[in-house]
Amino acid sequence: MPIQILMPALSPTMTEGNLVAWLKEEGDNVVAGEVLAEIETDKATMEVEAVDEGVLGKILVPTGTEGVSVNAPIAILLEEGEDVSSIKGDIQSTVSTNPKSLQMPHEENESPVKEDVSIKSDTSRNDKNGLNPKNFSTPLSTNRDNGRIKASPLARRMAKHAELDLAKIVGSGPNGRIIKADIDQLLSDGKPLEAVVSEPVLKRPDTLSNVNYDAIPNNGMRKVIASRLSESKQTAPHFYMTVDCNIDALNLVRKELNEKVEGTKISINDLIIRAAAIALKRVPEANASWTEDATLLYKSIDISVAVAIDGGLVTPIIKNAGAKGLQQISSEMKDLANRAREGKLLPEEYQGGTFSISNLGMYGVKEFSAVINPPQGAILAVGAGEERPIIKDGAVTAATLMTCTLSVDHRVVDGAVGARFLSAFKGLIEDPLTMLL
Amino acid sequence: MTTSKYDLVVIGAGPGGYVAAIRASQLGLNVAIVERESVGGVCLNWGCIPTKALLRSAEVGHLLNNLEAYGFSADNISFDIKKIVQRSRNVAKQLSSGVSHLLKKNKVAVIIGSASLKKKSGDEFNIEVFQEDEKYLNLKSKNVILATGARAKSLPSIVPDGKNIWTYKEAMIPNTLPKSILVIGSGAIGIEFASFYNDLGVDITVVEVLDRILPAEDIDISNFALKSFVKQGIKIKTSSMVKSLKTSKGKISVQIETAAGSEEVSVEKVILAVGIIGNTEDLGLGNTSAEVSNGQLVVDKWGATNEPGLYGIGDLVGAPWLAHKASHEGVICVERIAGVENVHPLDTSNIPGCTYSRPQVASVGLTQKLAEDAGYKVRIGHFPFIGNGKAITLGEMDGFVKTVFDSTTGELLGAHMIGAEVTEMIQGYTVARTLETTESELLNTVFPHPTLSEMMHESVLDAFDRAIHI
Repeated sequence: MPIQILMPALSPTMTEGNLVAWLKEEGDNVVAGEVLAEIETDKATMEVEAVDEGVLGKILVPTGTEGVSVNAPIAILLEEGEDVSSIKGDIQSTVSTNPKSLQMPHEENESPVKEDVSIKSDTSRNDKNGLNPKNFSTPLSTNRDNGRIKASPLARRMAKHAELDLAKIVGSGPNGRIIKADIDQLLSDGKPLEAVVSEPVLKRPDTLSNVNYDAIPNNGMRKVIASRLSESKQTAPHFYMTVDCNIDALNLVRKELNEKVEGTKISINDLIIRAAAIALKRVPEANASWTEDATLLYKSIDISVAVAIDGGLVTPIIKNAGAKGLQQISSEMKDLANRAREGKLLPEEYQGGTFSISNLGMYGVKEFSAVINPPQGAILAVGAGEERPIIKDGAVTAATLMTCTLSVDHRVVDGAVGARFLSAFKGLIEDPLTMLL
Repeated sequence: MTTSKYDLVVIGAGPGGYVAAIRASQLGLNVAIVERESVGGVCLNWGCIPTKALLRSAEVGHLLNNLEAYGFSADNISFDIKKIVQRSRNVAKQLSSGVSHLLKKNKVAVIIGSASLKKKSGDEFNIEVFQEDEKYLNLKSKNVILATGARAKSLPSIVPDGKNIWTYKEAMIPNTLPKSILVIGSGAIGIEFASFYNDLGVDITVVEVLDRILPAEDIDISNFALKSFVKQGIKIKTSSMVKSLKTSKGKISVQIETAAGSEEVSVEKVILAVGIIGNTEDLGLGNTSAEVSNGQLVVDKWGATNEPGLYGIGDLVGAPWLAHKASHEGVICVERIAGVENVHPLDTSNIPGCTYSRPQVASVGLTQKLAEDAGYKVRIGHFPFIGNGKAITLGEMDGFVKTVFDSTTGELLGAHMIGAEVTEMIQGYTVARTLETTESELLNTVFPHPTLSEMMHESVLDAFDRAIHI
């Protein structure tokens, strides 16, 4: 019996993912444990390994398919002695996804011509060998091809006039081409597709202008960043509070710790995570989320830490940070950041979190205001530690100051609560021994 | 009696039926086609093809009569109507055997006879095939496509007799050339016969009940055609009706009621070309839940009747009565039956229509009037043959190309052409419409010089006030 390879769930909550690339081709021998394909969810890329051995008989979901449902068959593995003809047509027709092509850079290697040829040969094969016609399926259609949206010139112009975003329209023409009827339908429905009047994803200059640009197709992560942060800025009423923290003592404690404890390399960031966790323990009202029915006060302090990666950022989580010592926070953070940069985080390692920290100090940023990472209620934006003049005991003196700005969702955290959190945080940073307890 | 079972039985082997059968075979279906006369249907045997052969002869005659314009001269030019008809029949025969070959090559079982649907067994149709009224074959199939076409419509007071009052069929195979003919109806069929016989020197009168000839075309086309035909000597009576016909001594006395009053015309023959009616009879539709309305089988956009498994395509299901429409409907219907994905229903707004008279007429999409009535703010382009180099070299200076654009979106709403070879050019605009191009793509398209097709470009330029050669 041919074995169906199913779309794996990378986390308990995952319902669909993107098939980024096949690393094996049809006809390749596969042994158990070998990597067959790469799957992408919101933020991570995962590898799909073979469980059984055999020959990869048929790829059902091609490279670059977006929105593949968990447990949908993505390929057929043939055991010894079986050939492609033993694959029943109905296995193919169980692919019930509604995939759209995903723009991945490596897709450019496949010339559109090659794709056309394969479509043709598929059809002619179907036509000639008298398969049950019920199982005929035309290749998964898409209105995107190498970053180009397939739309008729008329549809393009009508969409432009109506300020519709072609990228958000599903075409009903041949191979998913967007045609006049699709635009007519949208306009007559009165209920445009989601956020139809929003700016086009790729702003295309009109033909008269000479602006040159490279269009970088949006990957899953880019789209998630865009939609979640837009949602946050548009729905959560942000307000901001800023404090300067004197980190001279913090620097000293860090230096001493790293010198005295073999193999330890605590960073300022680790100390900030620890301080934020303790401050949240003291002011639990700041560790909260807004929902329509209730304000959720979290019992666990899970701190999401923004990590810049190629093409975007992820926020791996130090879970239960309130209960973790500096050394543990430090080693976990290193591991998470490394794997984040490799795109190897598990979804549960970056999904969730109750509070966020974004630290741009290493870039020399003095201070900034961050966008809250929904559904969380607050985010702490950390600037660079730098020597500045301060007035102490009536005299100007130098100190190393770090400016921190707390962005707060006013629906859940009021000014006084935010201020109490910041004050607790500042106290811990400036008197670091208190956070070692 | 033999009973054979198929995945699909197609009844009628015209351009709808035979194309459907071949497509079905390509998709792996076991298919039979039943035809009571000759494969190819009316189109190939009694319509499109043989009339084009006749009109080609008329065109040659026209050239011969104008040889001096091209530097030639000839004496004693003559023709034999029997030979002209024979050529036309040979052309039809050649193509019919070509279609037989195609059906054979695609392993379609061709059954000659008349088919009738009997009561179903379960979800399976029982089809009886008769030859010379003898039942000789039973067919069983879960899917049946009716593609039996249509025939000429009669008027209550005017019933064709095949001798003096002709339909297209008799008009195609005259034994002798009549001296005069009255053509009733000025649609494509009536106008083509009027043009053919007029070029052979027959005295022609055309009667049209509406206020213009070629009434389905844009009014500019109708007006231009009228002038052109009148100049060629055809007598045309619009807004007129034939009241009565009296035959005596080989002459038909026709009473015509015109806007100006009643008048009498005496002619040798009458050609009735007032439209066609679907061949819905004798198919056993009473044994099914399929409906017939106004002489047409009622189907949905996929060709499905109310009876599950029973489909209809082509002239049988209504206008436009065109071979190419029937073929497309056949393919769409079969692909639906076979479960091919991404099948789209036929866009009937994008079927070109051609009339092969001299001058030729071709059009696609909306006329200016229909576009304006539909609420479009239109831009009109117009370019005459006299402004085109190739037209002048051909000595074909009569005609024009008209384009209708939506001024808001730049959509090509319609194109209307009259003049030499326009039937060969209309596909350019049809492709443009299928691809949903706007004026911008058409303006940027390079048309070869010197060709008649440059007029298609100039007409678009004109619609946007950019015409160069006028």
